[in-house]
Amino acid sequence: MGEDNQKCTIIVFSGDMDKVFAAFIIATTAAAMGMETTMFFTFWGLKAIQKGNVTGKGFFGRMLGLMNRGGIDRLGPSRFNFFGLGRWMFKKMMRDQNVTSLPEMLQMAIDLDVKMLACLMSMDVMEIGKEDLIDEVDDVVGAATMLAEAQQSKVQYFI
Amino acid sequence: MSEFTPDKTLDAKGLKCPMPVVKTSKEIKSISVGGVLEVLATDPGSMADITAWTKSTGNELLKADREDSIFKFYIRRVK
Repeated sequence: MGEDNQKCTIIVFSGDMDKVFAAFIIATTAAAMGMETTMFFTFWGLKAIQKGNVTGKGFFGRMLGLMNRGGIDRLGPSRFNFFGLGRWMFKKMMRDQNVTSLPEMLQMAIDLDVKMLACLMSMDVMEIGKEDLIDEVDDVVGAATMLAEAQQSKVQYFI
Repeated sequence: MSEFTPDKTLDAKGLKCPMPVVKTSKEIKSISVGGVLEVLATDPGSMADITAWTKSTGNELLKADREDSIFKFYIRRVK
């Protein structure tokens, strides 16, 4: 919407349901407000854009893939998770309040052309491949690409 | 009767933040420039949020009204 268009960059470091939720609410709203929005998923945040298959090649990578299974619908809250009970409870409470679910928020962000970037370095460390990520991920990049976006963004978040 | 004849109506009743704004931004693109979009919402936050959205995107909020628990917005697409 014109050249006065502001950019918004969100770094999603956390893989907690509540924090990822906040990230997607900001991303979809920023895009709705006409901002060119970029989400940069790194470390635990990668879980939000993983397909949900078990990842990892070596012993540790496989362990991590099993114990830290990705997929946006699998994320648990940062507090009161109680081995999945909290996740179930929060999902129910949100549904009862007619709050849009996380998978729907992700789809909404994709429909609004939010740019999705994944951090190559943390993918290497955690043994997560490009094929483990959802197809809508625009690119797998490093910190410099994210910073180049951030440099042009008045609005930036680290979540 | 309203003094604006909307070209389209978006029913965002029952939706919570940020959906009324997100849906409004999608729907406004489906009407032509100069056209009027009517938005119906029940989220009390939408009064402040739709107003902020129109300011930020440069669209014109012709009227914001409340009828019982329903908020009604008339937005003219500017660009």
